[in-house]
Formats: sequence, C-alpha cells, structure tokens
Amino acid sequence: MKFGVIQFPGSNCDQDAYFAVRDILQQPVDYVWHQESNLSKYDCLILPGGFSYGDYLRTGAIARFSPVMSAVQEFADRGGLVIGICNGFQILCEAHLLPGALLPNNTLRFRCKYLHVRVENDSSSFTHLCHRGQVLRIPIAHHSGCYYCEPDVLKELENKDRILLRYCDRDGNVTEESNPNGSISNIAGVLNEHGNVAGMMPHPERAVESLLGSEDGVIILRSIVERIS
Amino acid sequence: MSANGELGSRTVRETIPIPPEVYREMGLNDEEYRRVVAVLGRHPTYTELGMYAVMWSEHCGYKFSRPILKLFRKYREAIEGSGLENAGLIDIGGGFGIAMKMESHNHPSAVEPFQGAATGVGGILRDIFTMGARPIACLNSLRFGNLDDPRNRYLFEHVVGGIAFYGNCVGVPTVGGEVYFDDCYSGNPLVNVLSVGLVRLDEVAFARACGPGNPVMLVGSRTGRDGIHGATFASVELGPDSESRRPNVQIGDPFTEKCLIEATLEALKTGYIVGIQDMGAAGITCSTCETAAKAGTGMRIDVRKVPLREKSMTPYEIMLSESQERMLAIVQKGHENDVARIFTKWGLNASIIGEVTDDGLVHVYDGDELVAQVPAKSLAEEAPTYELDTEEPDYLRRVQDYDLSHIHEPDDYNEVLLKLLGSPTIASKEWVYEQYDHMVQTNTVVLPGSDAAVVRIRGTKKAIAITTDCNGRYCYLDPYLGAQIAVAEAARNLACCGAKPMAVTDCLNFGNPEKPEVFWQFRKCVEGMAEACEFFEAPVVSGNVSFYNETPDAVIYPTPVVGMLGLIEDVEKRCTSEFKREGEIIALICGWSTNDESRCDLNSLGGSEYLKIVHGLAVGKPPALLMEKEKRVHRAVLKAIDELLLSSAHDCSEGGLATALAEGCIMGDVGAKISLIANCGPAAALFAETQSRVVVSLPIEKLSRLREIAEEEQVQITVLGKTGGDKLEIKVNDEPVISVKIKDLSEAWRGSIPSAMEK
Repeated sequence: MKFGVIQFPGSNCDQDAYFAVRDILQQPVDYVWHQESNLSKYDCLILPGGFSYGDYLRTGAIARFSPVMSAVQEFADRGGLVIGICNGFQILCEAHLLPGALLPNNTLRFRCKYLHVRVENDSSSFTHLCHRGQVLRIPIAHHSGCYYCEPDVLKELENKDRILLRYCDRDGNVTEESNPNGSISNIAGVLNEHGNVAGMMPHPERAVESLLGSEDGVIILRSIVERIS
Repeated sequence: MSANGELGSRTVRETIPIPPEVYREMGLNDEEYRRVVAVLGRHPTYTELGMYAVMWSEHCGYKFSRPILKLFRKYREAIEGSGLENAGLIDIGGGFGIAMKMESHNHPSAVEPFQGAATGVGGILRDIFTMGARPIACLNSLRFGNLDDPRNRYLFEHVVGGIAFYGNCVGVPTVGGEVYFDDCYSGNPLVNVLSVGLVRLDEVAFARACGPGNPVMLVGSRTGRDGIHGATFASVELGPDSESRRPNVQIGDPFTEKCLIEATLEALKTGYIVGIQDMGAAGITCSTCETAAKAGTGMRIDVRKVPLREKSMTPYEIMLSESQERMLAIVQKGHENDVARIFTKWGLNASIIGEVTDDGLVHVYDGDELVAQVPAKSLAEEAPTYELDTEEPDYLRRVQDYDLSHIHEPDDYNEVLLKLLGSPTIASKEWVYEQYDHMVQTNTVVLPGSDAAVVRIRGTKKAIAITTDCNGRYCYLDPYLGAQIAVAEAARNLACCGAKPMAVTDCLNFGNPEKPEVFWQFRKCVEGMAEACEFFEAPVVSGNVSFYNETPDAVIYPTPVVGMLGLIEDVEKRCTSEFKREGEIIALICGWSTNDESRCDLNSLGGSEYLKIVHGLAVGKPPALLMEKEKRVHRAVLKAIDELLLSSAHDCSEGGLATALAEGCIMGDVGAKISLIANCGPAAALFAETQSRVVVSLPIEKLSRLREIAEEEQVQITVLGKTGGDKLEIKVNDEPVISVKIKDLSEAWRGSIPSAMEK
C-alpha cells in the first residue's frame, strides 16, 4: 500500500505526517504537490495540518481550489481513504467532502496542548483498532477548531455513527471543561457518509513515539494500514 | 542599465551640500556627515545619504557597542578575521551544525506590538535559513510592565499574539523562553526572539557576493514603502511622538515566509547559489553592501528591476525599504533559470536586479541614471565607532548598601508562598505557550514549562537543549554580577535537562548609551558575561544590541539576555523538573559548603522576588556567585543524570528554594514533606535566591551513589525530605512554616496570568 501526503503551499505538518508513515508505520509514502492531478498510485491520502495559503480569507477556503482537490474528490468518490488532520480537516469541510465547518475557537486564541479524546466509532477504517469509549491522549494545535454543523446534520452524524472522536477528560467523560474550542457536542473528528473520508482536529501524527509524550496516535494510523492490507 | 546591458551615466550627477537639518533628521551628526563627504570626495546624493544614515546607525553599524563587544572572544576573532555571518554556527558532531541567533524587536513592539513581535520572529528566522539551516525551534525572552496597567496588558496580549501568528504559520515550534514583569519595562517592552536551525556542516551557505559577473537576484516579496528607516527609529529613545513612528514598523506575511524557507532551502540544494543574505534592517542597502564587502567585490543594481508594490517609489525608498520576506541571492551565471524556477514554483518573485562587479563599489541605478556610487566597505565595515564615557551611576551605592535589618519575618509563610507563586514573573506561563505551536516538526521532547526546552535531532541519538535567562533586577543592582548570574543560571538550567553548554547568543538591552551611567552598565554587563561565558565553555557566537530602551518616564533595567545552547548526546538521558511519583527522596545539590557565610542570611534576600513582591523593594546585592562552585554543581547534576539516578532536577532561581519545591509539586501533581536546617530566619531559608543550587528527586536506593558523585565533585548533598501526599509541608529548624494543598498552590501559580488578563 502507499500513502500520499498532500503539500499545499503553507502546509507545515506535511513532514510530520510523512515521517510518521515512513518511520513509525514503515509504509511507503510520497509527498504530493498541490498541482498534481493523478493520484492513482495511492491507497490513502493525508491532508496535513498547517496554514495552507496562510489561512488567508478563511481556513482551507483557498486550498480547496488547488488543482489537486478535484483529484482528491474523484479519489474519494472511488472509495479511496482520505484523512484530513487539522488544516486538512478544514480543507475537507470547505470542499464539502465532510459536513460542517470549523469556526475560530471560542477562546479566540490559538491553543496547543495535549488533551484527551474518546473514540466514539470503533469500526471505521481509521479507528477499528480502538475500542469504543477508549481514551486517547493526542495533542491539538489550532486557532479554528470549533466544529459546527446544523442540528439536522448533527442528528444524522449521531444516528449514522459518523462521529469519530469527542473531546473528554482523562477518564473519558465528555464535559464542557474538556472541550478546548467550543465544538458542538465536543466533536473532535467526523466521517463522511461512506466512511472513507475522515477529518479530525487532534494530531495523531504528533503522538507516535513515547519520546514525544504519547503513542496513542499510532492506533489511528495503524488502523488505516490494516484496513487496506 | 540600458537594453544592451551597457551602463547609462557613469558618474553621479553633480551634487550639492545637504542641509544639516536633513542629515540630522536621518540620524547622522555633523562629524559623520563630514566623514561621508570625505569618503565620497563629494557631497552625497539623497539616496546615498539615506544609505549611510541607516548603515551607520547604532542598530546596523554598532557604532557605540562595537568597541565593548570585542570583549567577546569569538566576536573579536570574527571581525579581525573572516567577518561576521548572519548567525553563529556550532558543531554538534556527526556532520551537523546548529545556527543560532537572538535579536530584539523592542522599539517596533512598543508602538505596534502585534506586527512588531511578528516581524521579529520573521527576521530571526531569515538569519537562520539564509545559512542553509532549517529552523527547528524558536524561543522568546519578553519583558513587560505591571499587568495592572491596561497598556501593559495590551502590549503583552498582542506581542504574544504576534509571535503566535507568525511562528505558528511558518511551522517552526516555539519551544520556550521567559517572561518577566517589572515597572521599569512599562511602555518599553522587550521582545527578544531566538531561533536555532539545523544544517549539514558541508552545506552551510555564506553571505558573500563572490564572482564578478554573477547575477544578483532578489527573491521573495515585493518591495513596498513599509519600514523605511526602521533601523534609525531603533536608534533613538521612545517618546511622546513615538506613535507617529508606526509607519516605520514593518508588516509580516508568515505565509510568504514559509514558502521562502522551503524555496530557499530547495534552491540552495542545487548548488547554484554562491552567496545569499536575508533582508532585515536597511533592506537592499544592507544586503548589497554587506555581501559585496565580505567578498571584496562590488555590485551594480538597477532599482527599476526590483518588483514593487507601488510603481512610484523613489530610489531612496527602494534602497531603504524594510519590506519583509525578501532575500538577496547571488547566482552562478548561466543558472539563473534553475534557481528562479524553484522560487516561482513556491509562488515567489525572483528577479535579477544587477550583477557582481570587481571594483568594490555599490552602484545603484534608477534606469539609466546613476543615483548612488559608494564603496561597499565604507557602508558595511567602516561605520564610525565611538568610545563613550562611562560613569558609575549614583543609585548603585544607595541600593546596594540598603539596610535590610528592618525586614521582619512575615506572619504567614503560606500567604507569602502563594503570593510569590502568583507573581506573574514566577507564575506558570501556560497562558503564553499554549498560544504557540510548540510541537510542530515533532522533535520537541521536553515541552515548555521545564528548565529548558529539549529538541531531538532526527535521525541521531542527540538532542539540543535551549534556554534564555536574565534577571534584570540583579543587573540593575550589580551589572557585572547580574550578567554572570544570567550565564550561570542558563548553564544550570541546561544541566538540569542533562545538557552540556555549547554556545551563547545574546541580546543586550539597555537605555540610551550616550548617558555615561547607562554605558557603564553596558560595559560592566558585557565584562561579566564575557568572563562567565568563557568560564562555562559556552562562547558568545552571535548576538544583538538594543539601546535607547527608555521613555521620558523610565529607563529599563540593564537586561543582557543570555540564550544558551546545550547538547545531550543521548536523548534518552534527559531530565525534567517536576517530581515524578510518591515516596522518592528530595535532595538539594548545592555548591556552597555549610561554612560559607554567603549561604544563608538576611542579606542573601538581596534582589529577590520576595523583597520585590512582599516589601516592594529592589535593593541589596544580588546573590553571590562563585563560578567554580557553580560549575561543580553542573558537573554533579550532569553525571547523576547520565547515570540515570535522578527522577527530576530543577534549578533554584526567582522565589528561592520554596518556590522550586512548590513548582516540582505542582507540575508533578504530588505533595512533599520537607525539613530544612538553617542558620537564618525562615524567610531567607525559604525565599533567598542563593545561587548554585538544584533540587532533585530520586528513588532512595540511588542516594548512596549520588552522595559519591557529590564527594567526587566536591558539592554538598542535603536530603530535604520526601515526595507524597497532597500538600507541600515545610519545616525550618523543626518549626512548621508551610503547609498548603497542592491544588491551592496550583491555582495561585496557574491562575495568575489568565486572571490578570481577563480584567
């Protein structure tokens, strides 16, 4: 199997994702420039974190018009696995590959810290190695991570088991205090209708070595590898 | 230049004397103007005048500080030898080097805190990647006035916001630093930013315009009217009209900087760039004359080839613009397109604006018209220097001889400890570093909040540790000793992480050097720092001077900030400052022996945060320092960490021993029972900032080996107590004096800055 890490101008977690796949998962991986249109050799695409196009105008709003995005759309339509992390999540929402939007944090400040998320869906391609209710310790680093969607969309996400992760305390309780950015229903990650496109604000690629403070992110990345192979 | 590449006019048009009020307004004095005339053999053009004014300002030309900076060995060797590079380079073995530099952006931040701080980050990053080094970490050392004043809160909020805006976007982790609060910085904040980068030693790029005939390329952003005379602005005191200087402040575009980092590093890999320099202060003027001067060449450029934001800009404005995110690259002839293609791919301009010549002159054309023709070296290396008068300030005897005998023991030590933990200088800086992406690049192995930040070098077992330190109050009370303590504390912080000191970058922040008392402080600080850096084997490899940090109301404390780099050979052998678990021994490793009088008495409270916060006093002498004793402590701590004996190590600094213990408890979320024996009152035992002390915790079975190490290194080990419970309890000479729940300590320490900022 092969991973592709998409590089938009201004992506800055592209290398972190690349190293996590190459060194921790030990899987083949390429950088994919944002002007690429042929994605046929990849099994999974990672849209990494960062500030694509400086986040000017609105996070992800310009990147969604990058040439590579129509190829990403086709790739997803054919059932390929796509994961957007942080800025990647924002881009996928702007491109309507995922529902909802990411608003500025309710603190109105950038927040970078380790926190806890609870696994809400343990059968998806991105989380099937976890068990439902498992608490993962994974960092966030964003200014616009406040997930919002219309009430009917929220209901649909809940009913169809499309909420991947929720912010929680260390014991797995989903509380207001454990919500770092004001996300609706403490949502930290969601799935698309077909379950092959995921977006999340926490950075699993930053939690891949005990040296970095946690290895919990590996479970998410390894879920992808096992599902494909 | 005309279409066929031939020059238009070959000499500058006839010039007329410049009226004194014009050159004085630009910052040149009468003598300096006469010198310009002597160098050129005629009166300068308006463009030339602007170039000299900015290059001979203190900010660029170091005209006041250079004679004193020669006390730094490496600086002296560099200016007498091969010249200064943009940042210092440190060999960490395995073929890798670390480029490191710190720089101030105080004046711009005082009038426009967000952009001032943001462009400070941008500027220091360019100093690093222009050497071919990928920036891997930033730190910042900040000073503000009291947070009770809304203006200071505004400055604090927006300086931090500006650093976050820029640093987070460019994807370089901001891993640490320090923030102090004191009235002397009110309205005169200090914003010092440090960056380090990683480079293969055989791939270092140099700022030299080699090879006459090679094209000169301007890459990055377009040039606009922002920041003209920013360097001159930084070379005067702040005053009531400083607000009107706001147009002197540059505007940062971190997205362009991110692309510029990637494009520059990619372009350098081609091998077709023979020299490169970033553009900061004095823009095109500085980068053309410095690269030419360093290579012993000249340069011919045409300002009409510079991509502009506004077509109507004059040559003067183009030469002096400090527009951000630009670099000057000297490219191997014939490979212009290979280099330009890379910048274009990243959406950046790459325009050939001239070529290297062999006549030692910088020729500036405006189309066909020659508007400047000046010897490169006269701008870059021959700024006049001055030996300024020094005079010991009057206040010094008064504050040092202050009689502390009326300082009574407090009624409630718990209250004092909580007050100290809530003092913004000591309190947790989580509110600050949570706003910075401190993890991007996934190499940060000790997160902010410990004694130093630790960043691993991917692909090796090594890691680097970095810290910034300076207690301005100590330097005010005794500049020489205060500067030495800054160096000693930095080395101690590194030792507590398991890192051996390698090098120092400094940022020397002072008032108006033309005042003899200020220049005396400056000279004393540099003397102290130079001596201490040699002693701790961490030579100063780069740095920056910022003068004129004063307003009509206040002059800042002398604040020579030390940024120190250390090396950890095996990243697994690193240490952090918080207590790890219940039931471990807490001990003090101390350089002083029990007979040393300086160890503990009332006078040892001199300069302390205790005197400041509880009694409102900035008096006394700073704590004593004997560098040999200090170094033994570092050796003992390093050896103990190397042998994996320690669970934690935390240096004693502001707030004294009680504060160090409380921080160990709060960050580790575990209590401690402590018993101190002291030949002084509890206040001094708890809160004196005695140097050369480190609090460690360890499993009891490792204590005997630690005692052996202490004996080998001739330092004292005192067992203070044990971790455990949910309180910090301290007895002094068997008298219980402190008993506070960790939760309450934590609230005081963590809650202080957020609640001050919500006012």
